[in-house]
Amino acid sequence: MKTRRPQSAHQWLIILLGLLMALVMLVLPLALIFSKAFSEGWSVLVQNLSEGYMQHAIGLTVFTALISVPINIIFGIAIAWCVTRYEFRGRRLLMTLVDIPFSMSPVVAGMCYLALLGTETVVGQWLYGKDVQVIFAWPGILLVTLFVTSPYVARILIPLLQAQGTEEEIAAVSLGASGWKILTRVTLPNIKWALLYGAVITNARAVGEFGAVSVVSGTIMNQTLTLPLLVEQLNNDYKTAAAFTAAALLACIAILTLLLKSLMEYIQKKKLEEAQRAV
Amino acid sequence: MSAFSFFKRPPVLPGFVPSFGFAVLYLSLIILIPLAALLLYVSDMSWAQYWRAISDARVLQSYKVTIQGALYSTVIVSVMGFWWAWMITRYDFPGRRILDALMDLPFALPTAVAGITLSALFVSNGWLGQFLEPYGIKISYAFPGLVLAMVFTSIPFIVRSVQPVLEDLDEGYEEAANTLGATRWQTFSKVVFPAVLPALISGSSQAFIRSLGEFGAVIMIAGNIPFETEVTSLMIFVRLQEFETGAATAIASVVLVTSLALLFLLHMLQARLARR
Repeated sequence: MKTRRPQSAHQWLIILLGLLMALVMLVLPLALIFSKAFSEGWSVLVQNLSEGYMQHAIGLTVFTALISVPINIIFGIAIAWCVTRYEFRGRRLLMTLVDIPFSMSPVVAGMCYLALLGTETVVGQWLYGKDVQVIFAWPGILLVTLFVTSPYVARILIPLLQAQGTEEEIAAVSLGASGWKILTRVTLPNIKWALLYGAVITNARAVGEFGAVSVVSGTIMNQTLTLPLLVEQLNNDYKTAAAFTAAALLACIAILTLLLKSLMEYIQKKKLEEAQRAV
Repeated sequence: MSAFSFFKRPPVLPGFVPSFGFAVLYLSLIILIPLAALLLYVSDMSWAQYWRAISDARVLQSYKVTIQGALYSTVIVSVMGFWWAWMITRYDFPGRRILDALMDLPFALPTAVAGITLSALFVSNGWLGQFLEPYGIKISYAFPGLVLAMVFTSIPFIVRSVQPVLEDLDEGYEEAANTLGATRWQTFSKVVFPAVLPALISGSSQAFIRSLGEFGAVIMIAGNIPFETEVTSLMIFVRLQEFETGAATAIASVVLVTSLALLFLLHMLQARLARR
């Protein structure tokens, strides 16, 4: 479908109304975040950023994302490979299971981990005996983040691998390539952009998770507060400028995510056009 | 080959065991065992205890608020999302690329941030709230705010479901309809809309399921007034803070079973729509 310059008045009306909706729902909120973060001036902004609790929250958030992203990439490749390369019983069920975290309230996800690892449960007691703290500590935050982010890389890779088909890989097998070689030389180069895209999306979700993390975090200042939890905490304490400073950091990550996503779609489109021209 | 062989087609490529093994192990550890733990925890409760926890008047009201909010927001976001997808795929206007990129903002922006921002925007002295206040329209800290938050977080589900279908739609059909004398409205309702409908249904269902579970954005704007704007996810949280872990888990199990049922329904619906 080619896009066209709008011609009639009613087409312009459609566009104007659409832009107005976008202004109210998307542009103004984004502008408001930064305006509130800067509302008390630069020096307050810098001071808010250098507070110990802010630094700690940034550290914990980055740490969680840094661990969740690679784990999700490995899991995504494994599951996408096995549901698109083989026809076996239970394949559809496996694909539905991947979607569970999508459809579930994050608070319920947190509750599941509380029911498994909380201090009054069997596993929780055992961990307590070994002096390992999971709930109300960073391992719990990491685990629920892994739960919530697990579908993204998989959902991006599955349709792509399905569309690409298996011809190249079968050719590699018939030439005697090992499974590892096929993965690293044939499959991965074909999906590297999608993997990067998956990493970007997973990172955005890992950084921003709120509901699940708030159940298992215990919200202890300087210990278990991630950036989104800090936003809520500061907002509840009526420290609006500080709350929006943390929010602005998260908004920057969101904008970066959108830019990277658009860039990758652009590259993908260019490649497709080149391929079509080559034919 | 026996009728009950595991593979429906013998595998050609190597690597089934490691990929399948790792995927199943990971899914079990991260998703299935915690889910089972929640259900096991609940099964320890007596039926009377369980029933009291999930049918408390305040909790019942929260189910109603959540379902109502999700229904209203799904209808609103379906119209808005379709509108945007239509604009982006049909017309060339200044800012088109930026608008296209912005459609994913609700997905990339943490829900808690979305919540405090929309709330600050529509509060009675906020940038937009100040214009609504004289008319007595209250959005932040009221039910409309809850719906607004759900609309915001659902935007990408509709747009990204409908957009690819609109893009692939063959212009020939519309031109044919025009040449045959169809009015613009007839072309839209008889040619374009039926083609997009399966994608719209799928996107709306995802938006609805997502809205039922939305937490971060909603609690920041809804004001969380008992019996009025408390969603079920929040009720779980309230019970936790009252150190009623059993009651919290019981309510969570209701939400869990509902969302699993909806997920399976959605997958069946999508499979059926794909076959048509």
